[in-house]
Amino acid sequence: MTETHVAPKISVRGLRKSFGRKRVLEGVDIDCGSGESLVIIGGSGTGKSVLVKCILGLLRPEAGSILIDGIETIRLKRAARERLLNKFGMLFQGSALFDSLRVWENVAFGLVHGHNMERQAAKEVALAKLAAVGLESAVGELRPAELSGGMQKRVALARAIAAEPEIIFFDEPTTGLDPIMADVINNLIVKCVREVGTTAVSITHDLVSARKIADRIAMLHQGRIVWYGPTSAIDCSGNPFVDQFINGRAEGPIQMEIRAA
Amino acid sequence: MLRFLAAIGAVFLEFLAATGRLVMFAGLALATALTPPFYLRAILREMVNIGYFSLPVVGLTAIFTGMVLALQSYTGFSRFAAEGAVATVVVLSVTRELGPVITGLMVAGRVGAAMAAEIGTMRVTDQIDALTTLSTDPLRYLVLPRLLAGLITLPMLVLVADIIGVFGGFLVGVYRLGFNPEAYLNRTHQYLETMDVVSGLLKAAAFGFIVALMGCYHGYYSRGGARGVGQATTYAVVSASVLILVFNYLITAAFFGR
Repeated sequence: MTETHVAPKISVRGLRKSFGRKRVLEGVDIDCGSGESLVIIGGSGTGKSVLVKCILGLLRPEAGSILIDGIETIRLKRAARERLLNKFGMLFQGSALFDSLRVWENVAFGLVHGHNMERQAAKEVALAKLAAVGLESAVGELRPAELSGGMQKRVALARAIAAEPEIIFFDEPTTGLDPIMADVINNLIVKCVREVGTTAVSITHDLVSARKIADRIAMLHQGRIVWYGPTSAIDCSGNPFVDQFINGRAEGPIQMEIRAA
Repeated sequence: MLRFLAAIGAVFLEFLAATGRLVMFAGLALATALTPPFYLRAILREMVNIGYFSLPVVGLTAIFTGMVLALQSYTGFSRFAAEGAVATVVVLSVTRELGPVITGLMVAGRVGAAMAAEIGTMRVTDQIDALTTLSTDPLRYLVLPRLLAGLITLPMLVLVADIIGVFGGFLVGVYRLGFNPEAYLNRTHQYLETMDVVSGLLKAAAFGFIVALMGCYHGYYSRGGARGVGQATTYAVVSASVLILVFNYLITAAFFGR
């Protein structure tokens, strides 16, 4: 891990987001350098996905600032937002593959619709990306519903990297996978970030995955970043929230809400 | 008393807000038609889905409606010796009212529900967010093709329903009630005006738009997993059916309300 002194690729300051009376983000400050892999950890319902959706522009925060390459993105016009989205790739927790399209069409979707590539050329790129995540070209002709969960995740990863975006977001990339398949996905993410130099922001509960793919880890609790540091420092963070979380203890400063909503 | 008035006010305000959301949704979706890219294949696919695959159910409904109409008007009109008006009543009722309304209601049940379920499932499984992250406007890609396909296809479907409905009346008139075929066709043609058919087709275009809009709107804003998608489907069919009946009255009053 190296310290960078250039402007961060992503810079979030004072981000606030509520849903009705429920305040989810209460002033998040975080940076992610270019080519860096940042993992955000935290309990369920702490706002990790909301934070990523705010950065992507899928949700509009009430206050705060999100800079991408030094440019404010919160109130971008539609055309500028579409140009910005071309820099992003996203792997959704549930894969979010389009049921009505074949696998290769899913992978090629962003190339055809976002980058105006010819279908045939996009298909060749899609098959190459499927091969990069260990799937044969025959899989490309199947529908997503015909694939196992692990294969769907790999297709979603192929779709996220297909247009070679500058920043990729991974939402719970290993959730619901067996340990071996989870490690395959982790390796693919590491390969993507290290070889291509992509900036990666991941959110996960899986600490094995976090330790493997992260350069830096941030912990989100009650809408705020309570710890932020290099992966190597997480075991000696001295932060009671982090210690409780990484050791999986029920006792500690983090109190789980066990009352039904 | 004050609490009662506040409750009425809250319902009224929610109604206004919902109307505003619906109009904004339709306006934003239609505005995407002004700039490229245009998804012509998606429009054609939806046209086939709405039009071609609705033909069996619409055809069956139309033929039985025409047949029942001929029987009912014959039994009614025979009380004052006006049986000769059966053919005219059948063709005017089918082209002006029953063709568009029954087709609209059948399509609301078949297509509106399917649109709400498909788009609703896409919403709750993050597929709509995925579209956005792939630089594709979901309103342009998912909603506009359905709105345009509904607008274009329903008039075609109603034209077919009109023909089948009138044919149903003809079958009953000739083979059950003993009318002379030539005389029946003459009476069908004699009092039919272009405006009768055109008003029905305009209604059909409005109903097609309504069905697609309600299906897309309720699907797009569905929440809460399978239950939310189920609710969206119900709302889409009920709201489209009610709006079809309301707009049927308004369009009829505009054309024939002198």
